[in-house]
Amino acid sequence: MAVKDYLRERFFPHIWCAGCGHGIVLNSLIRAVEKLGMSKNEIVMVSGIGCSSRISGYVDFHTLHTIHGRALAFATGVKMSKPELNVIVPMGDGDALAIGGNHFIHAARRNIDITAIVMNNRIYGMTGGQYSPLSGYGTLATTAPYKNIDQSFDTVQLATAAGATFVARTTTYHVQQLTDLIRRAILHEGFSVLEVMTQCPTYFGRKNKLGGAVEMMKYMQKATTPIGSKAKQKNPELIERGVFVEKEQPEYCSEYEKIIQRAMASGS
Amino acid sequence: MAKPKLKEHRINREWCKGCGICVAFCPKNVLELDEKDKAVAVRPEDCIACRLCELRCPDLAIEIIVEDEHGIENKIRSGQ
Repeated sequence: MAVKDYLRERFFPHIWCAGCGHGIVLNSLIRAVEKLGMSKNEIVMVSGIGCSSRISGYVDFHTLHTIHGRALAFATGVKMSKPELNVIVPMGDGDALAIGGNHFIHAARRNIDITAIVMNNRIYGMTGGQYSPLSGYGTLATTAPYKNIDQSFDTVQLATAAGATFVARTTTYHVQQLTDLIRRAILHEGFSVLEVMTQCPTYFGRKNKLGGAVEMMKYMQKATTPIGSKAKQKNPELIERGVFVEKEQPEYCSEYEKIIQRAMASGS
Repeated sequence: MAKPKLKEHRINREWCKGCGICVAFCPKNVLELDEKDKAVAVRPEDCIACRLCELRCPDLAIEIIVEDEHGIENKIRSGQ
C-alpha cells in the first residue's frame, strides 16, 4: 500500500509546525507498518495529550485520543480485552515521563505487549514551551527564563530499570534506523520503549538558539553515536543510539490468560 | 538488482511547509525551495533515487517515483 493509504488525508496538511520532528516519526511509523505488512485493522493507536499525541488522529488505524499522561492506562485496557491487536502508544516526553510517569513505569514493570514511542523534543510544545522532564539542566524555556535547574531523566535507563523488555533510542535524523527500530519494537512481545530524539524548532530550538529544524537535526547527527562505538569511548558526552535491551520475559496478557484457565479449572 | 532510475519527484505543494529538511540533506543537491518556500526538484537529472527526502519529509509531501528496467512505473520501498 502507498503511504497515503495509511493516512486520514482529510486532516492534512497536519497541524505540526514546519520542520517538526513528529512528522518524521509519523512518516517512519507508516513505513514500518507497511514493511510489517500489517492490516490497518490489526493496529490500535492510543495517545494522550500534546503535539506528539496528535499523531493518532492522522493514521487510519483504530485510534483513541485520550487524556494527558494516561494513554498507557487506556492502552492496557484495550490490550487486555483484545490481546490479538497490536497496540502502539505515541507519547511526548512530558506526557510519558511527567504526567504519565507512573503509568509508564508500571506498564514497563508488567511487561504488557504495548509499543511506547517516546517522542523526546525536550519541551511542552503545544502549551507554549514550558520545560519538560527531558529539557535538561541549563536549558532555556518559557518557564525557565533564567535557565532550567532540573536534571533530566535518561529515558533508556528509566525504562530499563522499570522492566521494559525492549528498549531502544534513535533520532529523527537517522530515519532508516528509526523505521527499523519501530518495526522491531512492534514485533517484540512485551513492553517496548523507543525513545526518539526529535526537534521542536518553534520552542526548544528558538529558546535555546539552536537554529531551525535542519540545524537541530545536524546537531542530533553529531551528538549521537551507535551503542559501543569507539567515538563513545573517546567522547563520553555522546548519546548512544540502538537497541539497549531485548529480552524475553512472561508477557502480561498471556500470564493473565493462564490465570483465567487456572480459575476455570478449579472453580467448577 | 539494477539501480532504480528516477521518473519523477511527486511533491505535494499543499502539504509542503518549506522547512528545507529535504533540501539540506539531499546528498546530490537536487532540491531547492522556490519563491513560495515550497520544495522543487531543480536538478532531477542528478537524483540517485535514495529517497532520503521522502523518508525525512515531516509533511509526508514527497514521493519518489522510479522506473524499473522495463520502464514501468514502480514505487520502490525501503527494504524490498
